Amino acid sequence: MDLNFDFAAESPKLVQLLIGVVVFLAFVGLMLLLLDRAPMRQRARLHAFILLGPALLLLGIGLVIPGIRTTILSFMSGDSANFVGFENYSWMFTQPEALTVLRNTLIWVLLVPLLVTAIGLVYAVVVDNTRFEALAKSLVFLPMAISFVGAGIIWRFVYAYRPEEADQIGLLNQIVVFFGGTPQQWLLEPPVNTLFLIIVMVWIQAGFATVVLSAAIKGIPSEIVEAARLDGANPIQMFFRVTIPAIRPAVIVVLVTQSIGTLKLFDIVRTMTGGQFDTSVIANEMYNQAFRYGETGKGAALAVFLFVLVIPIVVYQVRTLRQHRGA
Amino acid sequence: MTATVAKPLAAVDAHTPAARVRKRLTSRWASLIAIVIALLWTTPTFGLFLSSFRPEDQIKQTGWWTFFADPQLTLENYQSVLFGTSSSSGQMASFLINSLVITIPSVLFPVALATFAAYALSWLDFRGRDWIYIGIFALQVVPLQMALVPLLSFFSQGVEIFGLTVLPAWELEGPARFVQVWFAHACFALPLGVFLLHNFMSELPGSLIEAARVDGATHGMILRKIVLPLVAPALASFGIFQFLWVWNDLLVALIFAGGTPDSAPMTVRLAQMAGTRGNEWQRLTAGAFVSIVIPLVVFLSMQRYFVRGLLAGGIKG
Repeated sequence: MDLNFDFAAESPKLVQLLIGVVVFLAFVGLMLLLLDRAPMRQRARLHAFILLGPALLLLGIGLVIPGIRTTILSFMSGDSANFVGFENYSWMFTQPEALTVLRNTLIWVLLVPLLVTAIGLVYAVVVDNTRFEALAKSLVFLPMAISFVGAGIIWRFVYAYRPEEADQIGLLNQIVVFFGGTPQQWLLEPPVNTLFLIIVMVWIQAGFATVVLSAAIKGIPSEIVEAARLDGANPIQMFFRVTIPAIRPAVIVVLVTQSIGTLKLFDIVRTMTGGQFDTSVIANEMYNQAFRYGETGKGAALAVFLFVLVIPIVVYQVRTLRQHRGA
Repeated sequence: MTATVAKPLAAVDAHTPAARVRKRLTSRWASLIAIVIALLWTTPTFGLFLSSFRPEDQIKQTGWWTFFADPQLTLENYQSVLFGTSSSSGQMASFLINSLVITIPSVLFPVALATFAAYALSWLDFRGRDWIYIGIFALQVVPLQMALVPLLSFFSQGVEIFGLTVLPAWELEGPARFVQVWFAHACFALPLGVFLLHNFMSELPGSLIEAARVDGATHGMILRKIVLPLVAPALASFGIFQFLWVWNDLLVALIFAGGTPDSAPMTVRLAQMAGTRGNEWQRLTAGAFVSIVIPLVVFLSMQRYFVRGLLAGGIKG
């Protein structure tokens, strides 16, 4: 094995890092200097300009203008040379390969938020006020720190397949063999392979639901719990009649957050199947079309569709925000 | 008062035999569910971790659970995946350095810029303030996918309006390519950052800021001396969000950092290895674990701030 790794060859990267940080700090210093020089008045337009300017500039270059350009590109041909009207959109809603992508995305968006919320809620309830609560929550929360790529590899290892006569190295097939079944190639058979990918996402996100919902459960006024207990409610009744209604806002937060995250999901599909075997989803297909096949128009149309899907959620959030501010 | 009355009553209730049996049964079911979930959530990671220390032929031929019958450990997988220089080995040390070089500025830049913006939106009085805030807030859910193609062409082709070059192409080569990754991450992080920090800053008592202003402090001084120390926990929580996001990101890195050891981070390398050498489990397990360890350590040491950020409504496109 060749192990002579050359650390000197890496030094230009560190120099680049140093330059980047120093230049940025100098820029921040300049901003603060300008801020101190600007005269203090009640109307602070100049100060606001100095403080907000850089952020707004970046948002404009990085999100607003590209968003508008992507919308325009979605009406253009693959090489962005000709106007093609709604051709890219009609491709998305009529061609079988694109319809599979939409169907998969629908399955993801229906299942992930529901499973994540259900598992997170049940777990938060059963570990609530037990001796091992903190540890138990940490264990489920840890996958939040793992990249989707890392989680993809962890689970590909769980799903690993060896022919029937060999020893299994994947845990799932070992369990199947243990109970007398034949080992399966879990990721190759549509449509169930999508379900096996969904398990990975649920595994990563359940900790998020546990933490948010657990905090909400702790916020339920103890008088309500006590009153229900005095009325003789059993734990199941407590769960459905007291806990769930009391933490409804937190449940909605989890459902909304998970829906948005799932719509944009890319890494898991790319790492585990690359979108083959009918497992592709919108974000993965968008990447393939725009950056691998050179079909910028189709990629842009998929991105715009993704945006359209999250708009209702934005509207809902802005409305709650304004109510909050008005109150 | 109610609590002192309720407690003994509940205790009496629990002492009736039926209630006691029922309680024990449900708590037994609850414990069982808790244990099953906890096991399901830790076993896969444990399997990967243990496998990464097993010799190559063992990983490929036997399950990691057979380790307990025949324990053999080696560090060879880590050596070869980190420091091997042939292209088939991981060269992971190079990508690890890239991950660090990408992540540090990609956290620092947006944290600083979002702090300034959030201060202006919370404590300066100017026309259009609420509209700017709502605009930034709404940008939170614009999918990254909407921005990727045009932003990449902004870097590679510059800006042209009616055939007139307004901005030339950046033409970044070698290590300078990191700049466009930092830029992209900073742009994409700002909506969440401004939102989270604004949440905390606008909760500060207005009298504090007003008093400082009466004493003749400039906004720069108020920001540094009063606001920053008070919102430090919020900065930590946004910082850890952004750190985990950037370190674990694959999409932005694939597009803006490319796929070579010159600038691609570990996630890109792992995805490549999973694709082309999907059965080289000795390198995949060790490589994956190298990439997991650093965020795990940061996460565990700063979990408190992360949870606080989550509860404050942190979501990220």
